[in-house]
Amino acid sequence: MGPPDTGLRDTGLRYTARPLEAAKDDQLIANVSPEQRSPEQRIVITGVGMTAPNANDLPAFREALLAGRSGVQSYEIRYFGKTVAGVCSFDHHRYQKRRDVKRGTRAGSVGVYCGHEAVQDSGVDWENTDRSRVGIYVGVTEHGNVETENEIHEIKAYDYDTSFWSHHHNPRTVANNPAGEIALNLGITGPHYTIGAACAAGNAGIIQGAQMLLLGDCDLAIAGGVSESIHTFGIFASFKSQGALAEHDDPTQASRPFDKDRNGIVVAEGGCLYTLERFADAAHRRAKVYGELVGYAINTDATDFVLPNAERQAECVELAIKRAGLAADQIDIVSTHATGTTSGDVQECAALRKVFQDNSNTLFNNTKSYIGHSMGAAGALEMAGNLMAFEDGICHPTINLESVDPACELAGLVANEPREKKDVSYILNNSFGMLGINSAVIIKKV
Amino acid sequence: MTPVEIRDVVLNILDEIAPDDDLTDIKDDVAFRDQLEMDSMDFLDIVMELRKRYRIQIPEEDYPQLASMESTVTYLEPLLKDTAKV
Repeated sequence: MGPPDTGLRDTGLRYTARPLEAAKDDQLIANVSPEQRSPEQRIVITGVGMTAPNANDLPAFREALLAGRSGVQSYEIRYFGKTVAGVCSFDHHRYQKRRDVKRGTRAGSVGVYCGHEAVQDSGVDWENTDRSRVGIYVGVTEHGNVETENEIHEIKAYDYDTSFWSHHHNPRTVANNPAGEIALNLGITGPHYTIGAACAAGNAGIIQGAQMLLLGDCDLAIAGGVSESIHTFGIFASFKSQGALAEHDDPTQASRPFDKDRNGIVVAEGGCLYTLERFADAAHRRAKVYGELVGYAINTDATDFVLPNAERQAECVELAIKRAGLAADQIDIVSTHATGTTSGDVQECAALRKVFQDNSNTLFNNTKSYIGHSMGAAGALEMAGNLMAFEDGICHPTINLESVDPACELAGLVANEPREKKDVSYILNNSFGMLGINSAVIIKKV
Repeated sequence: MTPVEIRDVVLNILDEIAPDDDLTDIKDDVAFRDQLEMDSMDFLDIVMELRKRYRIQIPEEDYPQLASMESTVTYLEPLLKDTAKV
């Protein structure tokens, strides 16, 4: 029996399978060493817009982190019942009409709030900005679960008659919704889309924004991540079934990465979007610069749906450090991903010990201990929590760390009390997610 | 329902659909679209709300009948004459 008839014309060409041959490292944009990058190849952060369970702007967030103030509270959601969660309190009518809040999604409202705040913070002359040259790149862990659950709940009252299913369902659940709502609200006509990257999505959004600036696809990138996940009962129920949902009598102590008594994840909502620009543009308009993205990496475990892989995580972190042209001990602060699960924290610490090898310079902290796991926003928010260290020279601590799990020992782990850290020059932000996605971003003080 | 009651129902639905609009001076003989911030999805909201509240199915070819308050009340009057206001 011969090969199946594909209907394609036989060109007569025959190919022999060969291994992929990588281009030389220095030919790739991602690998151009920082000192060789032109001002057009340097990507900087010029604005921050955010909402977290314990703050709705960057200065308030920093203050809460240095004061050790948690944003986790008691929470109840239909079908699942009582639990704890990180709940945001931003003013969602500040930038949206009531009609638009009602029509759109929570993730959209989070995005609109963060997008406006970032643009304002950047000081860019927005009225005279060519909106076709602005791109929106928003990381999401998931999108559409909240809205689908809502619709199913609604039609239950009509005996599941689908003629009562809302015509708003599709525009609410399309995967680009949160980015699209930002575009609609801010009148942005450049590219907009979301990046689905599980819990690495916040970092992935930042990386995507940087890449699009390098390609010249836009001149201003609004990039980061958002989460509306506390409004879907499914995420709580699934983590509970997995044995990975945090429980504690005191909600503010429920999120306790690295602690012996940790028992899982605190689900949170939130958002953090940055304005990213090429350094040449930022310098031209004399913009305030929070930091420069000097290295990043994304790789994949390819070993399990949910269980992390320390070896791949270490490779990811090492690649980001290599691309930044650094040695591991030049990283001043590592913002860890650890979510408070039994195995996840151990795997990340194993990866970090391998890369940083107990050097005396690098400090480690964890922001989820304050706000829970804000899913698609986590990477971007946790980076924001650390950015001010460039200015104030303080590493905020991991709170709720009463007794460190020996498997989570890290030489520079900052626990419960802020630690002074003079001349913070480099911050590395880890963000990992299900299906084995790993990401690391390195920001340099400018 | 009387025409006055039907008008109240439609006004209540509009208040939910267009919460940012002031409905106190709405002109019954002017198209909704010309005096309120409404688009096609909002009109579908009116259709859906009437379906949910009174179980009436409005065929697509009749949607133009919902253009203004006057035409909407006229259209709904025979459909809701034996229905109590909820």
